[in-house]
Amino acid sequence: MKVLVIGLNHKTANVELRERLAFNGPKLEDGIFSLRNVPEVREVALLSTCNRVEIYACVGNANLAADNIKDFLSSFHSLLRTDFENSLYLHTGPDAVRHVFRVASSLDSMIVGEPQILGQLKDVFDFALSKKTTGVLLNKLMKKAISTAKRVRTETRIAENAVSVGFAAVELAKKIFTDLSGKAFMLLGAGEMAELAARHLVNNGVQEVLVANRTYERGCELAKEFNGKAVKFEDFLQELVHTDIIICSTGAPSYVLSKDQMQKVMKERKHRPVFLIDISVPRNIDPLINKIDNVYLYDVDDLQEVVDSNMLERKKEAEKAERIIDEEVEKFNKWISSLDSVPTIVALRQKAEEIKGEEFEKFRNKFPGIDEPTLKAIEYMATAVMNKLIHPPTAALKEDTEDRDELIAMIKKLYGINGDDNEE
Amino acid sequence: MGTILFELALTFYFTATIISVVEVFKGSKESSRLMLIITGIGFLIHSSSIIYRYFAAGHLPITSMHEASSFFAWCVVLIFFLLEYKYKIGIMGSFILPVVFVLMLSSSVLPRGIHPLSPVLQSYWLGIHTFLAFLGNASFAVAFGVGIMYLLQEHYLKSKHLHGLFKRLPSLQILDEINYKLISLGFPLLTLAIITGALWAESAWGSYWRWDPKEVWSLTTWFIYALVLHVRLTAGWRGRKAAILSIIGFSVILFTFFGVNLLLKSLHSFV
Repeated sequence: MKVLVIGLNHKTANVELRERLAFNGPKLEDGIFSLRNVPEVREVALLSTCNRVEIYACVGNANLAADNIKDFLSSFHSLLRTDFENSLYLHTGPDAVRHVFRVASSLDSMIVGEPQILGQLKDVFDFALSKKTTGVLLNKLMKKAISTAKRVRTETRIAENAVSVGFAAVELAKKIFTDLSGKAFMLLGAGEMAELAARHLVNNGVQEVLVANRTYERGCELAKEFNGKAVKFEDFLQELVHTDIIICSTGAPSYVLSKDQMQKVMKERKHRPVFLIDISVPRNIDPLINKIDNVYLYDVDDLQEVVDSNMLERKKEAEKAERIIDEEVEKFNKWISSLDSVPTIVALRQKAEEIKGEEFEKFRNKFPGIDEPTLKAIEYMATAVMNKLIHPPTAALKEDTEDRDELIAMIKKLYGINGDDNEE
Repeated sequence: MGTILFELALTFYFTATIISVVEVFKGSKESSRLMLIITGIGFLIHSSSIIYRYFAAGHLPITSMHEASSFFAWCVVLIFFLLEYKYKIGIMGSFILPVVFVLMLSSSVLPRGIHPLSPVLQSYWLGIHTFLAFLGNASFAVAFGVGIMYLLQEHYLKSKHLHGLFKRLPSLQILDEINYKLISLGFPLLTLAIITGALWAESAWGSYWRWDPKEVWSLTTWFIYALVLHVRLTAGWRGRKAAILSIIGFSVILFTFFGVNLLLKSLHSFV
């Protein structure tokens, strides 16, 4: 039995193709049951997200299975095989295990380290488990994938740093204010990036939201969206006195906030800290304002720099993560290969127990006069002899050597263990 | 026995300090926990050495420079643990344990003999006055460490170079809050220490205030921290300014503590 992964992701296929091969809604259940019946496939699970579609399977003959799965994909989605075949990747054995571990640990993601994929993978396995399409091998693989991902999460800092401008703003705000829930926030102007950053702040607990826009009506609309209050643009300076976080993106050609103005504001607010984020290009807030005590001004380049350096750090952490995955893959492979010898070891012991039982019974019938304690002693001795005799072959079977398959065959022959040779 | 306990405590604090310094460059949850455990063991041993000496001398062991430095260090660790319990800021140890270690080291090089208590000192004021004074000074010592942390974090945020300790230092708001709390705790303690000191001076030497160098420098300290609190409440001098003032304040305390005793002639000869 072998682990097999076949699928496509954002690197190998464009969004159009990913959409056409996706298993959405009811298709997921239909898909997984159909896959279960594909010849050579013994266990199966199915992942379908916006960035990837992957089939995890446990198969007999890998080439045959892969071929059958491709046929299934083509008929299920009514596509020609040639339409998608070039975008598919196929991993078997240890490579497949590594692939699953990397996906779970978010090393294969579009944004390395993003945490959603692990949850999605957990859902996939819960679903497969509830539909009983997986068995020993895939269940273990999933469990190990999840524990490996957790190990990567705790032992590296891969998911620690913000990698979007919005998140970087939140991260900085938390280093200034700790808790954002009691803080007042003002959106000065509008714009896609500013609104996105604002949404991040609101998701992180900011409750009081003010919107000051040059067109008051637009401001009201935005304010409604954030559950906030619209104020007149001309009044924003007064509002600054009790606002702690400001995102500015007005599109004005020059500064709307000067150092003198800010100094006055700071005096009025008794120097309570302020975090200003200027997303506008050209800048709307005089950069000299950053020099005022308790004022922290970041422009869009500053935030981008934070993001870039975090990205770099993630890459470094990803290397550490790869080493952890190497270790876990090796452990898993050992477990898989030990699977093969386990039935033989069990059979060998059964055979020996059988012989011992039979011979002991014969002996008792031959000498009926022997008392119970002596019988006990004799049985004890027989067990000891049996254990000693089967120990060396058992130990040899447990050892992880290259010629183990031959060894298994040889031991079966020597001890007359007739095979239930189908390895299922 | 007393010596062994003291040396043992010093060794534990030393080890914890080394870990705390390494922590600055390469920190992890494990090293942080290890530092706390070792400091905790050191603190227990240190406590028992003080108790041992209390029974050996028959009074609070705080009448020689050796004893006083050691007791000072003990108070600092006590406050450090109270803060750690409330805020759980592992990296704080890196800024406070070095202070503890320096105090313990100065204590260890000073003469350790137990001298009979001179008659002027034999008073219940000894325990009250000194305990208040040391607890107050210890709060200021921790405020000093926290002030440095604030300045460092503020520097990271202002310069926009967000690496190094930036991730592990807590937010400016927390650091400022701790600084304020420590000074609000230390200030009344210092005030009470000065008042009880004056009362004691009256009963021992016959006058409340003699412009003795120790008294003058303690008053200077008192004014500095009174200023810190005053400008904070009236003019909103928080954050960086408060941090700088608490660093200056602690430098004056160190001078009052070591400098006055070693350099200037003072009636307050013991500590």
